[in-house]
Amino acid sequence: MSALLDVQDLTVDIPVSDGELHPVRGISFSIERGETLCLVGESGCGKSLTSLAIMGLLPKRAQRTARVLRIGDLDISSASSREMAHIRGNSMAMIFQEPMTSLNPAYTIGNQLEEALIRHRRVSRAKAQERAVYLLEKVGITGAAGRLRQYPHQLSGGLRQRVMIAMALMCGPELIIADEPTTALDVTIQAQILLLLADLQREFHMGMLLITHDLGVVARVADRVAVMYAGQIVEQGTAAEVFERPLHPYTRGLMACIPIPGKTVRGGRLGSIPGLVPSLIGDMHGCAFRDRCAHATSACASYEAMRDQGDGRAYRCVMTPEETMAASMREQAA
Amino acid sequence: MLNFALRRFLLAALVALTVSIVAFFLVRVSGDLATSLAGQEASAEDIEEIRKAYGLDRPIIVQYADWLGAAVQGDFGESLFFPDTVWELVSSRLPTTLRLAMSGLIISLLVGIPFGVIAALRPNSWIDRLAMTIAVAGQAIPTFWMGLMLMVLFSLMLGWTPISGDESWRHFILPAVTLGYYSTPPIMRLTRSGMLEVLSADYIRTAYAKGLRPMPVLFKHALRNAVIPVVALASVQFGHMLSGAIVIESVFAMQGIGYLAWESILRNDIAVIQTILLIVCMFYVFLTVLSDLVNAWLDPRIRVS
Repeated sequence: MSALLDVQDLTVDIPVSDGELHPVRGISFSIERGETLCLVGESGCGKSLTSLAIMGLLPKRAQRTARVLRIGDLDISSASSREMAHIRGNSMAMIFQEPMTSLNPAYTIGNQLEEALIRHRRVSRAKAQERAVYLLEKVGITGAAGRLRQYPHQLSGGLRQRVMIAMALMCGPELIIADEPTTALDVTIQAQILLLLADLQREFHMGMLLITHDLGVVARVADRVAVMYAGQIVEQGTAAEVFERPLHPYTRGLMACIPIPGKTVRGGRLGSIPGLVPSLIGDMHGCAFRDRCAHATSACASYEAMRDQGDGRAYRCVMTPEETMAASMREQAA
Repeated sequence: MLNFALRRFLLAALVALTVSIVAFFLVRVSGDLATSLAGQEASAEDIEEIRKAYGLDRPIIVQYADWLGAAVQGDFGESLFFPDTVWELVSSRLPTTLRLAMSGLIISLLVGIPFGVIAALRPNSWIDRLAMTIAVAGQAIPTFWMGLMLMVLFSLMLGWTPISGDESWRHFILPAVTLGYYSTPPIMRLTRSGMLEVLSADYIRTAYAKGLRPMPVLFKHALRNAVIPVVALASVQFGHMLSGAIVIESVFAMQGIGYLAWESILRNDIAVIQTILLIVCMFYVFLTVLSDLVNAWLDPRIRVS
């Protein structure tokens, strides 16, 4: 069976005043039905643009190219805007980062929920309403029927994000893309929303692309993980493997940033990765992480191939698995 | 919503009362009325006699209470120059001005909103630049000059429209276009900037993410939010048109209240001036309430707390 979403060599280029910005530089991954892939990386590494590129919602100036970009039977890279509009909100849906501003203030929750179903399935308003109530209850909103008549400003951020999730599910999508869906929410709500998403993904057997910079999130819901740095995927594999045996120094750096109760010294310095993300303007060669990497050698300036370890496990580093594990031991000792 | 409307009306009534005070006193601080009414040749006794005859010798508070008491009963006094009462005079002239201002407003909305939207959809394109050039010109050209130029072109040279007067709808074309052109620029610019802001909003991206086509996104999700500030502006513009009518009606010799106001100012016909001032202000107040209500209907954040 072929994958639900297949992305090969996706690039996004944006012309800017002093050259060309390359926020996404040839990334490849695939998602099966019923599988959650977490795309992890720090702000500005190209995660969000990757999701917008798949949805066909990039800003006008941005240019997208891909060797393969396919969802189900549809080739996204060659689809017309009409074909894209036909699958958006239908077989693939998206949940955004900002629930406070992602709903139109002028229309009721009900109106905005029903819209997608009426657009794609040509059902009656009553039928759409029924589905909206069912999904609002599914995402844990009480008094769902009454909520349909409310306006976004009457709802808290957590409720609005639940509404956004229900909205994404209206047409029963095969793929759901969630771009940092919990970042703008209170910490107490974040876990609830995340677990809700994971439950719904399992229940409806959807593929999910979850974009986040929070490794705690990844550990809880991901089947597979792709770590992104400076517009490239630097490490990929099952969540268990990547957490157990991170092969790329950047992945280990990210993990070292998470404080662990009992292990992290109270009052001591939290882990951080020294240095800054490189500029993504103009041509780039070699490993993008080398300026911040403790193990960098002169070979890093030219090496940028992905080391395929089989079974979807891969990483982008000049060090062999043995060398990188040895480096990992030295990091631990330091 | 009802609660909101009641509050707005109450506020409007207070504003109207304040306006009546201002209207009354402004006319009186412009000089000694008895002296100007009596004329230059009058003796001191004549002036005193006139002062007594018009009740101008009483304390000004009493004069105001007297005038307001009569006004709320529909009695605005008598004109000093026409045989009619002020109310007959003003009410016979008002329809012409309202028709003129209304046509002007409709023209400016019909031109301003679509061009504002198109300009926002294609920022910095030739059509955007054209629209903005027209807007800048509209704001810079004085209405009386614009009116005269239109008259020269369309009435004298081309002969398409009557030169002056207010007998038929054809007489209203040029004055309405002149007035409309003057208030088109602010409406166009506000629509453009509102639309630009709304189009970059997150909820527009959400609408596209649902698979909506550009037209439904534009008309359902964007325009409604973009025109909210335009509604308030339109009501202010209508007020401007009532006052702008003073110039336009004089240029095109139309018998509206603008022309009447101008005549009455020249003749010091205070009862008329003060009534017109009051009525124009009342329209202003009423329109503000109306635009608040329309906005509340458009924007649930105002109406639903």
